[in-house]
Amino acid sequence: MTVFLFFLMGGLTLAGALGVVLARNPVHSALFLVQTLLSVAVLFLLQDAQLVAAVQVIVYAGAIVVLFIFVIMLLGVDRREALTEPLRFQRPIALALGALVLVEILLLAGHGWATGAKTASGVPLSGGDFGNNIQRVARVLFTDFLWPFQLTAVLLVIAVVGSVALAKRSGRPVGDEIDAASGPQGESVP
Amino acid sequence: MNIAPLAASLEITPSYYLVLAAALFSIGAVGVLVRRNVLVMFMSVELMLNAVNLTFVAFAKALNDTAGQVLVFFSLVVAAAEVAVGLAIIVVIFRRRRGATADDLTVLKG
Repeated sequence: MTVFLFFLMGGLTLAGALGVVLARNPVHSALFLVQTLLSVAVLFLLQDAQLVAAVQVIVYAGAIVVLFIFVIMLLGVDRREALTEPLRFQRPIALALGALVLVEILLLAGHGWATGAKTASGVPLSGGDFGNNIQRVARVLFTDFLWPFQLTAVLLVIAVVGSVALAKRSGRPVGDEIDAASGPQGESVP
Repeated sequence: MNIAPLAASLEITPSYYLVLAAALFSIGAVGVLVRRNVLVMFMSVELMLNAVNLTFVAFAKALNDTAGQVLVFFSLVVAAAEVAVGLAIIVVIFRRRRGATADDLTVLKG
């Protein structure tokens, strides 16, 4: 059962990832992204990460993808993208670089020296008297990782303030901000 | 064709998850390099972050250490902050240039 689920969800993950990259319509890319994220959530469940799986569904599939689709709808960029590449040799070089990254990571994953370090917390994932998965994660998060946890609050405040400052219209109507000299370029395939 | 004995003899080790995460990361990297729509490039970055999360969880399981799963939360926070700021930047670019491809960013080269 675990073997079957792994190969099914792994296949769905990779198919969704390829769909994100290959789909010409950004809305389709976002929907393929949802497929990938939900499949990865099931893979988390297969590895005793129940809380992470739930957070993956809620935060990624629930919030981040909705934000993506919201921006796509707001901007109206849900039309097809011109697939002609202005730079020569860009596609083959990009594919070669991707293959190189894959080989590098596989080489790293195949060597033992990249693994084996444990944290000092000593809270195991299973066994011991630490309660269920949520209690174990909470124990580590609020003891050993308390300082990084506080820093994420600072990061989120900075992100919120930054996005609000960026999205502010600065009191001028939209028409004044369009650079008339350069005009619409690039993605202009109806 | 009966695959039940094969499936019974096969055990899913952490290496399977690492290979899957490597493939996911590479697809995301190619997506960032190949696509010109900035939104799709962002989605490819999300794919790469998800591959890293999968690696974290696989190592947490392999080493029997909860810290791997805790680190996924920090990765999630960074992803959420990145998406919020990045999409705001895309909105501003779109307002000025009426397009959201990487070619619309050529004014940045000064």
